[in-house]
Amino acid sequence: MIKLEHVTKIYPGQTEPAVNDLSLEVPDGEICILVGPSGCGKTTTMKMVNRLIEPTSGKIYVEGQDVMQMDPIQLRRSIGYVIQEIGLFPHMTIAENIGTVPKLLGWDDARIARRVDELLELMGIEPAEYRDRYPRELSGGQQQRIGVARAMAADPHVMLMDEPFGAIDPITRDRLQNEFLRLQQKIRKTIIFVTHDINEAIKMGDKIAILNVGGILEQYGSPSEILSHPANPFVEDFVGADRALKWLNLVRVEEVMDQHPPLIFDTQSVREARQFMQERGLDFVYVIGADRSLKGYVNARDLEGQQGWVDAFLTPAAVSIQLGTSLRDTLSELLASDYRTACVVDEEQRVRGLIQLDAIQEALSARKGGER
Amino acid sequence: MTATSFGRLRTSNVTPVLKEVLGWVVVPILLAIVVVLLYNQVIYRIEPETMTYRMFFDQTGRPAKLTRYILLHMEVVFVSALLAVLTAVPAGILITREGFRDFAPLILGVANIGQTVPSMAILGLSMAFLGIGFKPSIFALWFYSLLPIVRNTATGIDEVDRAVIEAARGMGMTKRQILFRIELPLALNIIFAGIRTAVVINVGTAALVTFIGWPTLGHPIAAGLRVRRTDMVVVASILIAVFAIGLDFIMGKVQQLLAPRGV
Ligand SMILES: Nc1ncnc2c1ncn2[C@@H]1O[C@H](COP(=O)(O)OP(=O)(O)O)[C@@H](O)[C@H]1O
Ligand SMILES: [Mg+2]
Repeated sequence: MIKLEHVTKIYPGQTEPAVNDLSLEVPDGEICILVGPSGCGKTTTMKMVNRLIEPTSGKIYVEGQDVMQMDPIQLRRSIGYVIQEIGLFPHMTIAENIGTVPKLLGWDDARIARRVDELLELMGIEPAEYRDRYPRELSGGQQQRIGVARAMAADPHVMLMDEPFGAIDPITRDRLQNEFLRLQQKIRKTIIFVTHDINEAIKMGDKIAILNVGGILEQYGSPSEILSHPANPFVEDFVGADRALKWLNLVRVEEVMDQHPPLIFDTQSVREARQFMQERGLDFVYVIGADRSLKGYVNARDLEGQQGWVDAFLTPAAVSIQLGTSLRDTLSELLASDYRTACVVDEEQRVRGLIQLDAIQEALSARKGGER
Repeated sequence: MTATSFGRLRTSNVTPVLKEVLGWVVVPILLAIVVVLLYNQVIYRIEPETMTYRMFFDQTGRPAKLTRYILLHMEVVFVSALLAVLTAVPAGILITREGFRDFAPLILGVANIGQTVPSMAILGLSMAFLGIGFKPSIFALWFYSLLPIVRNTATGIDEVDRAVIEAARGMGMTKRQILFRIELPLALNIIFAGIRTAVVINVGTAALVTFIGWPTLGHPIAAGLRVRRTDMVVVASILIAVFAIGLDFIMGKVQQLLAPRGV
């Protein structure tokens, strides 16, 4: 756990604080995002945790220990540190870079080598091919991964990351963000993560601290809290006018879909199908195979006065939504398809639920009531 | 392994080895040829009674006069350059340290005097305080060599990417570890450039210490000018040039061996 209590930093020779009476608590295993406009004190706050900068007043605890009572060198070796500029040592190989902190801690060479290979594999970088290369021989995305691997080398419980994906093109950044989130599921570090990008904050954060110039904490909460209940006009403005859409990004389709939609099998008769729809007042119904795979749908109108089996009257479904898709992407696909309804399917195309435009709208209105 | 990788082996791995070998031997061989030719052809024709320069040694088996000048020249260069490196590199490091940065203008200013004041004036002042002979010569040459080394050491360290230092600090390296593992290796090429500049200048300036009582290769030049013996002047000048080029070559190789890979 990382805990800040009434932390203030006034740089020498300045009258205004860079960080002003900041109190924060980052629970174990969570990512806390510091986000805000440039110069609002994000970096300063983060650097006070590993004492690269010392607070003017207030207390900071890492895993229950007051950092001002600890040896700064030992403290820093126990905390993973990633910076925007990456800062790989250009004259050291990838293996030497990653092994920096373990070496400082006096691990033996064999153990360091094992750890380096383990981390390279974790980062999806082929150890045999890359461990003896130099940083400049790597792409920006690879360098950034090495930066993260280097910070994790001695398996710290706590990590500080200052705009770690800031200097990378948007596509690579998106991939690194996803990779890192997947990794965090496994490693469960306690992380302070600095960014100026509210979208990154919403995507990466368990908690978000929104800072304002002068180092003032405007709001601290989960992404969905911040999007649904911005504390004040500054936050409202900072998260953007499209915060409803951003909120849709946070919610996955299975959270609002109808999990027991009306369905018929393709082996059923037209008569059964018409009766099924009549009883439920449906204009159409989705048709599945014996394995629940989506076959398409039949219109009540098309079946009027017909006989035989439904599979003769199937219309293929124009759109289906994968499980795990965000509400925002779901909405976008529905709007693009001209349908108000779509089946939600799993990886084997088996129908798992049904999503309707109305359900998304309801979820949005419920959000304002504080539910989610 | 595929055929193409064998092909690559032939084109890009063998030639670099050859280049490497040539890089080590070509310059020394050329310089050696120049020296031997000078001794055998030119000096031999200089009349023995006025000029006793003959081969490397004279008839009695003692070093010929020219050889002695060469050795004295080398001695004064080596000692003063070594002292300059031993003082100027630490000074350059010191003025990049937190808390000593304020001294940078002072130290650079002093070193700058060494460069801007004409070398003859420094020799004169040096003689005025230290008399003649080895000591004032060493002092003058030492003083004259400081600036390029101090300046390049400080610049080299200052130019190390701030992000790299920041990362090192954030990972818990001590100041000493940062200096020796990060700053100095990364500044090495620039520091060496300063040392090489200083030493090459030093080899030339060392000719002048002849005037304060330490007969280097400047002696045959001065004598040759006085008695209008162009051949003496040319021989000594070429030897000085050969010495400077050779020394720079050796330092270049040392730099190559010490320089970190990957930068
Ligand atoms: N070393 C420093 N000395 C003086 N002022 C500083 C220093 N570092 C940052 N500041 C000031 O403190 C404020 C916060 O800076 P910083 O923490 O870097 O902001 P952010 O990371 O949010 O962009 C800014 O106004 C900046 O100019
Ligand atoms: Mg910053």
